[in-house]
Amino acid sequence: MGVPAVSAAPIEVVEREFGELALNMGPQHPSTHGVLRLVLHLSGETVVKAMPVIGYLHRGVEKLSEHLAYDQLAPVYERDDYLSPTSNSNAYVLAVEKLGGIEVPRRAQWVRALACEWQRIASHLVWLGTLGLDLGGALGGGTTLYMYCFREREKILDWLEALTGTRFHTNVNMVGGVRYDPDAASRAESTAMASEIEAALPELWSMSGGNPIFQERTRGVGVISKDLALGVGVTGPTLRASGVAYDVRAASPYDAYRELPPKVVTRTAGDAEARFQVRFEEIGVSLALVRTITEGLPAGPIFSRKPIKNPKATKLPAGEAYAAVESPRGELGFHIVSDGGPKPYRLKINAPSFKNLQVIPHVVPGGLLADVVATLGSLDPVMGDVDR
Amino acid sequence: MSAPDLTRFGASPAPIGIAIAPGVLLEALRHVRDAHGYRYYVLATAIERETGFEIVHAVRRHDPEDTLFVRVHVGKDAPEVDSAAFVYAGAEWHEREIFDLFGVRFRGHPDPRRILMPDEYPGHPLRKDFAMDTPWGYRP
Amino acid sequence: MADGSLPVVGQPMPADGRGRLDDLAEEVVRFPGGGIALVRSDVLFHWAQKSSLWPLTFGLACCAIEMMATFAGRFDADRFGVILRPTPRQADVLVIAGTVTIKMAPRIRTLYDQMAQPKWVISMGSCANSGDHYRNVYSVVPGVDHVIPVDIYVAGCPPTPEALLEGVFALQRKIMEAGRVGA
Repeated sequence: MGVPAVSAAPIEVVEREFGELALNMGPQHPSTHGVLRLVLHLSGETVVKAMPVIGYLHRGVEKLSEHLAYDQLAPVYERDDYLSPTSNSNAYVLAVEKLGGIEVPRRAQWVRALACEWQRIASHLVWLGTLGLDLGGALGGGTTLYMYCFREREKILDWLEALTGTRFHTNVNMVGGVRYDPDAASRAESTAMASEIEAALPELWSMSGGNPIFQERTRGVGVISKDLALGVGVTGPTLRASGVAYDVRAASPYDAYRELPPKVVTRTAGDAEARFQVRFEEIGVSLALVRTITEGLPAGPIFSRKPIKNPKATKLPAGEAYAAVESPRGELGFHIVSDGGPKPYRLKINAPSFKNLQVIPHVVPGGLLADVVATLGSLDPVMGDVDR
Repeated sequence: MSAPDLTRFGASPAPIGIAIAPGVLLEALRHVRDAHGYRYYVLATAIERETGFEIVHAVRRHDPEDTLFVRVHVGKDAPEVDSAAFVYAGAEWHEREIFDLFGVRFRGHPDPRRILMPDEYPGHPLRKDFAMDTPWGYRP
Repeated sequence: MADGSLPVVGQPMPADGRGRLDDLAEEVVRFPGGGIALVRSDVLFHWAQKSSLWPLTFGLACCAIEMMATFAGRFDADRFGVILRPTPRQADVLVIAGTVTIKMAPRIRTLYDQMAQPKWVISMGSCANSGDHYRNVYSVVPGVDHVIPVDIYVAGCPPTPEALLEGVFALQRKIMEAGRVGA
């Protein structure tokens, strides 16, 4: 009795091809930026088909708008694009003022631009921090970038809290002006903060754009060609990274941007790295703009109408108006149809994240599963804006 | 380039943009896209009037800067209009949203499903005869 | 520790005033190099549960951003033992941060059912508490307590990170006072 001899017959290797694997990502997922569901069809590691399913945060804001008065509605829209709340209410009050022919004092326009630019910087910091989590993983080093970005963001939120009373949904914009007036201490704080955050930018760059692993994960990933960008209708940094130099602040200026047109940052590569570079450079542009606005803030009133006794009594003339602002995600517009009553007849929100997400079925297939998260992070969707 | 001349499509001025007949919608959109450079798709929206639904497509060109609102009017019973999804790729989701919230059907749409409400939801929420506080006792 | 008491890990700031095992134990016997503590089992389990509450990464709307700020460096929920886990199988707290819609409600129920006992729910923000100003809208569930049982309600729109931390402390107090192990 010994050890049986090893058989000399060759080992047959059978390889079976699996068909497509349908993988469900979300709506609860650490990297989907909110309640987004992606249905991915995979062949091995390559994505064959990607279908976003949205609507998990549809709160019926457009229907709610038909039941509330014009003066009551500005705070409602701040919950849509919740990373830069003042952009939403800014677009709304611009549309209402256009429809009603209401003049806004110059100081109020500059305060609106100041709040919007600070919110733009805060929103880009959240985007950068969560991009670190997406690309680096919570335990793989991305948390460092996340912590550093949120440290800078806390300064901005403290300033907003000192000015308006809340960190977040600040209710700054009213039809006809703004509600809060930054005093000398607030303005000095704003200038000091701009210098501090500017000093922190090289450190953030070295952790992200200057990091070779980050570059490898974003270069050539999720390329959106110029034709696709125009046909699908992407907007904001996504559009500018594909070579189209369109920025609402420069093309159809509003508020203080009529006098202070910002630099329009573009790239031509159209990949995730280009979108990252556009947004990162925009933080620098916004910091310079914040300094200019704070130093040149004109004197004067901040509200042009008489004190509102009954907010439900304001009526607008019948007609239509469309007004848009440049939110951190792109062109955020409000199309208001009025029938002469105290409430909007129909209000449509032109949501930038809705349009940016639409590019996913065109861009994600052909790439690897690992690149889905990088592409999604570089598009920077906010689900409150997508679903409204 | 001046603003495009769309009189051969029967264009009439509207509060914002121009109104044309539903039958020539796709032809007009293709014309402005190819002959006048309006290659960027902005949005599509619907407005419910007493006589029917007004579908508005907004397209833009960048040089020189101009946004064009093209509107068509369809009747209230079984409202239907051609889909612009093969003229502008961006129309796809906007038209799905209009179908979801208003019930307007788009002929030739590549993916005519609801987009914001659950798939089996009965009713079209943004219609004027749909109450905002319709009970949510819907269970999937 | 220097004064002879048993060291307690992960609880530098006693949120409910009873962090040290010495305070929880019925009787403590010390000898060189260590000691023996006599603790009632449910007190011991509750103390362990409240000191390592692991929430699920689940943000719905704007409150998720304040939740992210709570877990960032300034407010640092990690010092209270609170670490985020991405899968419901490893989490014991579900923080509902944001508006609950009818499309999302069955998924929330599924996530809650997937969590293992003992589990708790913190409803964060006005939308999760009562639906906020969306409560009459056709697609919104007016409060997450129509879908899952809630232990703590944190008010605010959005609640500040300090408020969310106070909600976590309230949950810790509730766990310590619970009659038996588990929800």
